[in-house]
Amino acid sequence: MKRRLIIPHVDGQMLVKDAAKLMTTATRRRFLTSGGGLGALLLLTGCDVVNEDAAEDVLRKISKLNDAIQARIFDQNQLAPTYPESAITRPFPFNAYYDLDDAPTIDGEPYRFEVSGLVTGKKLWTLADLHALPETTQITRHVCVEGWSAVGSWSGMPLRDFLKMVGADIRARYCYFRCAEGYASSIDMPTALHPQTLMAFKFDRQILTRAYGFPMKIRIPTKLGFKNPKYVVSMEVTDDYKGGYWEDQGYNSFSGN
Amino acid sequence: MRDHTITIHPVWLRIMHWTNAAAMTVMVLSGWQIYDASPIFPFRFSHSITLGGWLGGGLLWHFAAMWVLMINGALYLIFGLVTGRFRQKLLPISPSGVLQDVTSALTGHLSHEDLAIYNQVQRLLYLGIIVVGILVVLTGLSMWKPVQFQALAAVFGGYDRARLVHFFCMTAIAAFFVIHVALAILVPRSLRAMVIGH
Repeated sequence: MKRRLIIPHVDGQMLVKDAAKLMTTATRRRFLTSGGGLGALLLLTGCDVVNEDAAEDVLRKISKLNDAIQARIFDQNQLAPTYPESAITRPFPFNAYYDLDDAPTIDGEPYRFEVSGLVTGKKLWTLADLHALPETTQITRHVCVEGWSAVGSWSGMPLRDFLKMVGADIRARYCYFRCAEGYASSIDMPTALHPQTLMAFKFDRQILTRAYGFPMKIRIPTKLGFKNPKYVVSMEVTDDYKGGYWEDQGYNSFSGN
Repeated sequence: MRDHTITIHPVWLRIMHWTNAAAMTVMVLSGWQIYDASPIFPFRFSHSITLGGWLGGGLLWHFAAMWVLMINGALYLIFGLVTGRFRQKLLPISPSGVLQDVTSALTGHLSHEDLAIYNQVQRLLYLGIIVVGILVVLTGLSMWKPVQFQALAAVFGGYDRARLVHFFCMTAIAAFFVIHVALAILVPRSLRAMVIGH
């Protein structure tokens, strides 16, 4: 389901001008004819049915430009600030597009983590395999796209070490994660290789509870929370951009902190 | 003919003023949309006055208009400093001068004879809003990139505090907007000067 980007109270004329500059001639013509006269109507009536598709198109293009700008700003050596144990937010909030009652319950026994795509070591990992991996702990700030933030402690294996271990082609562009409930997110390779990006199996030094994403959460302190998938069941190393649950609905795809 | 009309606001300033007005409007209305996703205080902005329809839409607007606001704002600062306009128009300013002009404004004696000369209250408000404009951009950048720009975010006391300062800057901008528009309506010649220059 795609949500609409409704635009009440926008200055139609200004929007048309700004938008036109960014568009190809063909699109511009369509945009101007559909938007020119109706922009004024929009202003007068506060009606929000006009211009939506055109405005949405321009905004999504700017969002793509913002992806590129953020990729340039991103510095793999810039570490997220870390905090003492005392700074951990308790209770750490559960957050998802569903209630906790509807969160996936995963049985650890039959669980398999599938690694596929541009890797030499395609494999199904059991939870025991994963828990046997070397572990580091870090306490960092989780920043939600909604604006709130909370400090949490996550333990697991740095993803870059895991990628090396499975023989991933690190020249690939993305790591695409899929989750038990159908959630998904694409992480750009530079971020996947950031030293603080973890395959996390523990929160606050305890095995992840259901609320925090059992059995695996990809913890990325250099990304907004929605790009930290929980209940992860597979990772595909790929050159193709495959989007994600929120990315497809309009959240900025890079969403780097 | 030309000799008789004195330009109060040069064309660069007028263009930047209205560009800023448009960009700031989008920023504030989409900012309210974003605020509503996780309010800091126990109130929300009515959906009817927010821009974007939902959080994702508000963010797209906010992160598009921010470029217009920042680039235009940076040019305004450069032009204002290089042309000497800031020095000419906004200085000198003193507490006693402001107090005096507030008193004369309240007693109805403040002169608007020459729109090219800003009274001390105007100087204070315009200087103040420039500072707030700089702060709102810096706190915004701190929230956008609390890791990459962590030195900047630290200046404001980290992500959460930068977010709070960002909100108060918005409040100051909204308050300035109300006063600014009310005064422009009271002295319509000033609005004309900002449109056609004199």
